[in-house]
Amino acid sequence: MPADMRARLGPVELPNPVLAAAGCAGAGRELAQFLDVARVGAIISKSIMTEPRTGNPAPRLAETPSGLLNSVGLQGPGIDAFLQRDLPWLLSHGARTVVSIAGQTIREYGALASRLSDAAGVSAVEINLSCPNAEDTGRLFALDPATAGSVVAAVRGSLRHDIPVFAKLSPDVTDIVAVAGACVEAGADGLSLINVLLGMVIDPGRLRPALAGAYGGLSGPAVRPVAVRCVWQVAEAFPDVPIIGTGGVRTGRDALELLLAGASLVGVGTAIVHDPSACSRVARELETELAALGADRVADVIGQAHGRGALGARGAYGIHGRGASELVNGPSGPSRQTG
Amino acid sequence: MKAAAAGPVQVRATVLTVRRVDAYHALTLVAPAIATRFRPGQFVTIAVGGPETSMLGRRAFVVHDVHPDHGGTVEFVFDARGPGTRWLAALRARDSVDAVGPLGRPFPVPQNPSRCLLLGVGYGSAPLFALAAKLTDRGSSVDFLLGGQSADRVFGALTARRSGRSATITTADGSLGARGPVTAMLEQVIREARTEVIYASAPVPVLRDVTALADRYAIPVQASVDVAMACGIGVCMGCVLPVTGTDGITRIVRACVDGPVFRADLVRWDDVGTIPFDALGAPGWKPKAEGHLHAG
Repeated sequence: MPADMRARLGPVELPNPVLAAAGCAGAGRELAQFLDVARVGAIISKSIMTEPRTGNPAPRLAETPSGLLNSVGLQGPGIDAFLQRDLPWLLSHGARTVVSIAGQTIREYGALASRLSDAAGVSAVEINLSCPNAEDTGRLFALDPATAGSVVAAVRGSLRHDIPVFAKLSPDVTDIVAVAGACVEAGADGLSLINVLLGMVIDPGRLRPALAGAYGGLSGPAVRPVAVRCVWQVAEAFPDVPIIGTGGVRTGRDALELLLAGASLVGVGTAIVHDPSACSRVARELETELAALGADRVADVIGQAHGRGALGARGAYGIHGRGASELVNGPSGPSRQTG
Repeated sequence: MKAAAAGPVQVRATVLTVRRVDAYHALTLVAPAIATRFRPGQFVTIAVGGPETSMLGRRAFVVHDVHPDHGGTVEFVFDARGPGTRWLAALRARDSVDAVGPLGRPFPVPQNPSRCLLLGVGYGSAPLFALAAKLTDRGSSVDFLLGGQSADRVFGALTARRSGRSATITTADGSLGARGPVTAMLEQVIREARTEVIYASAPVPVLRDVTALADRYAIPVQASVDVAMACGIGVCMGCVLPVTGTDGITRIVRACVDGPVFRADLVRWDDVGTIPFDALGAPGWKPKAEGHLHAG
C-alpha cells in the first residue's frame, strides 16, 4: 500500500515532505516548466533582501567532485519586486511558499518579516543566517549563538504569529547544537539545516581562485554526510523541534536518510541544477522507499535512526531483505564489514 | 499559455550518432519534442556522467541543427576538452542521456529580406547554419565569415561555401583562408557584401570587437554568447553578464534565460566578469527617485 506522503509545515498541510531548497528554485517559474509547483511540498524562495542586489561578479560557480561551489552573492530583485511579481505568481499557481529572508543587520531581518506579515501566500519564513553582519565586520550571523538568536527574536517579534519561522543554520560552526538552541530559545518554530560549507577551488591553469569571490559555498552530495550529522545532533538535542533537512539530497533514498536522522521535511537544492524535475522525482522515490519499509506514513520514519520508534525496533531493513549492502552508499542493511 | 506550450522539455533522448568533425565532435540525439520546438540560436543541456555521476553541472550546447528523421533529431557540436565533454564523446549509438531543451532566446530574424552576415569562430559557427536556412527561406541573403585557430577548428567551412552567397574563412595559423582573426576581415566583408545585419557566435572578446566595428557602420548585431552554464534554466545564477535594458538600466542578467542571443549593443562587453558600479543593485546603488514606488 502506498505510504501517506502528507507532511506539515506549521499550520499548513503539504502534499509531501520534499521542498525545493532556497536559492535552487529561482522564483518558482523556472521550475514550473518541468514540474507542477503545486505538487512540490513547498517552494523555498531565493533569499530575499530589502533592495535589489547584483550579487558577485562571474565566475560564480565551480564544479567539484559531487559538489558545486558557488559565490552568487545573494543576487535578487529586492522585496518590493518579490511581493509584486514572484509571490503572487507562486500563490496563483497553487504553490506553498516558504520565503527565505536575508539581511545585513538584525533590524533589516525584522523589517523584512513585517513586510511579509501583510503579504498573502507566505506559508513560512526561513531565516538565512549565513549572511555577513554589517554591524560586526561582516561576520556571519549564523556563527554565533547569541547573534543568531537575536535575528530570530527580531523576525519572530515582527512576523504575524501564525506564520512559522525556521532558522537556517550553517554547518561551519564548532557546535551547531548551541546555535540551534539559541534559535529555539529565541522563538524559532523550526530549524533548517544545513546551509553551504565554505570552500575554495584554485584553477591550476590560471593559477588563480576559480571563483571571482575566491571562496564559495559548497553544496551537493559531497556535503550530505555533514548534513546527516548536523540533523542527527540537533534532532537528538531537540527532538520536538521540526527540522527541514537539506544538504546533498539527490534521490528518495537520500531524503529517507535525512528523515531517519530526525528531519521532518527534506530540502532538495543542488540536485535541481542537475535535474530540473528533481523535487518531484525525489518525492516519488521516497514514496517507494517508504513502501518498501512498510511505513504507512512519513512520520513513521522520522528520527528512526535514533532507535526510539517502532520501525527501528523491528529492524525494517532486515525484515524486508534489502539485498547486498554496500558500505559506500547511503542507508543500507547491516554491513558485514565494520570500521 | 501559448508560451508554455512552446517551452522546453526534459526528455530521455537516445543517441543516434557521435562522430568526429575535424577537431570537434557532433552528437545527434533522437529528441522529437525538442526538435519540433527548436528555433535557431537555442540550446540544449545534457546531464553527463550517468546516474551516479559526480559531475553535477549540466553541459549546455547551442544546437547545430534539427532534422525530421526518426521523428525529430537534434545535433550539437562540441570540443571534447573536459571530463563531461569527453564522456559525451565516448557515447555510442543507442545510449541515452537526459536532455533539456530547447532553451534560451533564439536569433531574431528581420521582418524584411536583408543582407545578413553570419560570423562564427570555432564550434561557435554551429548554430549559424540553421539560421542561414531560415533567413534564406525568408528571402534574405547570407554571407559567411568563419574563423578558427586552424583549418580543423573552423566548423562548417564547406557548408558555408555551398550555402552562402559568399564565404570568407580565416585561421590564426593560416592553414585555411586568410591568416589572422575574423575581425581582421570583417570590414572588408561588410563593405563588399553591403551587410545590413550581423549574427555573431564567438568568444566574448571577438563579440566585443565585432560589436564595436559594426557600430561604426551602424549595423545591428545579434550575438550568441558562449558562457559557462550549470543549470541552463535560470536557477543557479552562474552564467551572468551585465546588459543594459532598453530602459537604459544595466542589469546582471542570466545568459541562459535572457540569452544566449543578445542585442550586442546592449551587452557591456568590457564589463563582462565584473559588476559595473551603475548596475541595478550594485554595492552603493540607490533607486533614482526615492519612494517613487509608493508615489502611485
